[in-house]
Amino acid sequence: MKKTWAKVVVVAISCMMVFSFAACGSKSGGSGGDAGDNTLKLGSTGPLTGPAAIYGNAVKNGGQIAVDEINAANPDGVQVSWQVEDDEGDGEKAVNAYNKLVDDGMQVLLGSVTSGACVAVAEKTFEDRVFTLTPSASQTAVTEGKDNVFQLCFRDPDQGTISADYIVENFPDAKVGVIYNNASDYSAGIFDGFKKEFEAKGKEIVAVEAFADDANTDFQAQLNSMKNAGADLVFVPNYYTPVSNILVQADKMGYKPTFFGCDGVDGILTLENFDKNLAEGVYLLTPFTASAEDEKTQKFVEAYKEAYGEEPNQFAADAYDCVYAAYDAFAKTGLKADASAADICEAMVSQFTGGFSYEGLTASGSMKWKETGEVDKMPAVYVIEGGKYVEK
Amino acid sequence: MADRILNLKSIGSRGLKNAVKGNEYRREASISYGILIIGYILLSLGAATGLIGHNLQGQFVPICVYVSLAVSLNLVVGISGELSLGHAGFMAVGAFSGIVMERMLLAHMSFEPAVMILSMLFGACMAAIAGFIIGIPILGLRGDYLAIVTLAFGEIIRNFMNVLYFGLDENGHLKFAFNHTIEGIENSQRIITGAIGATGTKTISTFNWGLLLCIFTVFVVLNMKNSKQGRAIMAIRDNRIAAESIGLDVRKYKLMAFVVSAALAGMAGCLFGLNYSTLVPLKFNFNTSVLILVFVVLGGVGNIWGCIIAATVLTILPEAFRQFADYRMLTYAIVLILVMICTYNPTIKARVTAIWNRINPFKKKGGDKPKKKKTGKEAA
Repeated sequence: MKKTWAKVVVVAISCMMVFSFAACGSKSGGSGGDAGDNTLKLGSTGPLTGPAAIYGNAVKNGGQIAVDEINAANPDGVQVSWQVEDDEGDGEKAVNAYNKLVDDGMQVLLGSVTSGACVAVAEKTFEDRVFTLTPSASQTAVTEGKDNVFQLCFRDPDQGTISADYIVENFPDAKVGVIYNNASDYSAGIFDGFKKEFEAKGKEIVAVEAFADDANTDFQAQLNSMKNAGADLVFVPNYYTPVSNILVQADKMGYKPTFFGCDGVDGILTLENFDKNLAEGVYLLTPFTASAEDEKTQKFVEAYKEAYGEEPNQFAADAYDCVYAAYDAFAKTGLKADASAADICEAMVSQFTGGFSYEGLTASGSMKWKETGEVDKMPAVYVIEGGKYVEK
Repeated sequence: MADRILNLKSIGSRGLKNAVKGNEYRREASISYGILIIGYILLSLGAATGLIGHNLQGQFVPICVYVSLAVSLNLVVGISGELSLGHAGFMAVGAFSGIVMERMLLAHMSFEPAVMILSMLFGACMAAIAGFIIGIPILGLRGDYLAIVTLAFGEIIRNFMNVLYFGLDENGHLKFAFNHTIEGIENSQRIITGAIGATGTKTISTFNWGLLLCIFTVFVVLNMKNSKQGRAIMAIRDNRIAAESIGLDVRKYKLMAFVVSAALAGMAGCLFGLNYSTLVPLKFNFNTSVLILVFVVLGGVGNIWGCIIAATVLTILPEAFRQFADYRMLTYAIVLILVMICTYNPTIKARVTAIWNRINPFKKKGGDKPKKKKTGKEAA
């Protein structure tokens, strides 16, 4: 009996391996399943598993909403397909995922989701001439030296610069301290831009404290340092998990400065086991929030809630905008959907650098692109009051 | 005394030399080199004829990197018998120092092979120095304690990388800063920017360099295993007290294995770093160390060609499972568990060996070969 089982297991494993290798070889160059000739194949890579999975899945879902809308709106026109491959937020895996998308016939890349992964992938799309518009990779190195790579989100240092300008203007007498994650490119990038601009305006940061991991839960030391330096405004350019811990611990210490965050703080109100009252009075600078009341945002938020049962975050909105921006620009090129990726790339680049503008969810007003690949749009500053975002 | 026993040349007995070095070494070496070269030819042919897609082609260099990492870790885990959980740290040292070297050299010369070789050598040297510095205080520890301390050092190296800043000024001179960004240089001239890692690396790694690195690693490890020093290292592994009693310097030989392994990991790290335009220190976390250890354990502790195959298969497997979409990593985990169980289950192993013996065209006379191999492995 034991031996029979052993045989079954061995056979099963060998079957699986043979099957997967065979599939791996045969798929190359094939078309992407149900996608016909009149379909523009969009692809993206993002962390669908691992600690950053929330962002990758948001992009996957947000993009899907836009794709479904486009396909339903014009059943006879150019259809769009949407394929997102898992890259675990890692450069090496992202290049693998991108290569898989190329094997499957992708024509335009709307990725990658995370910065580190995107820089590695952008290098490849530059070589292969594939048009790239990233929803959320905010590092400056993503677009640097690559004419075909564009960003839909703000660059990290720009968020820092805009935050610094806002704080200098609206809190002229504040003593400003900063708690940031020096092991996160996002947080360190914003801090970089913030420090430069803030000091250029002749101000001084009274205390800077760093931590090294978003899983960090103890901020006593950092908060004490803020308190001792007398900081009455603490800039926290971090994701919402560490910010929620900072808020809880500051409250326990009886330390009540004004907290000011960036788009990473968006989502803090839906965090489980977090007392929302603690977030009262927190400022955040973000291009998108699900509680905005314009018609477009509401329509998107409703569709997203219906499909996925949760409120969309900024990454989902970025992906939604990416799909529409790419689709609009493609329609303006006048190319057919079976054009090669390289032809599409050249045509789209001249669209994006030639004054193409798009009004979406993630900007107040319209967005345009500079030749360097960065986006030109305005964010909004919100303050949390009564458990809601109130625009300032 | 110990020197004379271990140095077979000094004994001058050709018979003994053959018995120890000859057959076993020749068999292991020919299988290892054979796998590398046949694998290289098959993959190159597949890529040239278009049978292999972009996805697999893109993995050629990482496969080579992981193969040489696994082989070099096997020197510590298999041959020296110490569990090291910090291999990714040495890979990181090699990768980042290799990248800095590459950018510096490319500012002055454009001959890529020379840049590649010099960067790799520099990466190896820096990793060896790191291995030496770390090895001195910790190699007095044994077993689990050593494993935990190597784990900690791996993390320290990674966190150290988080606060390093390198850049080039307009004259191509290297600039360095600790814990703050370098002022006054263009973004494109930044080489390493703390947690953001290395950006703008020119990718000069190729499959050919990968093959050369693998062959070099296997060459070093196999020859070391079959040298006077290697036998001393294995003697210490098998019985430390006995080895000490005949006058072997335990610390020296352990350090030797540790440093050589770190240097080889540094070279592999350099090849890896120069294969991507960006590299973050987070890549070299504990998970990567464990991944390399998994290659070694699956391939067989002390078994060189086994871990070449294990590293290759386990690098390709998660990519090959992409069609399972959401269940990809689950499938990978299940397959990993099954493979681990099956390769270490004596019943299944005996069965596979029996089937292999039936179909093996190069079967030697007498059926004692598989039996011998099995006991050898168990002892290891």
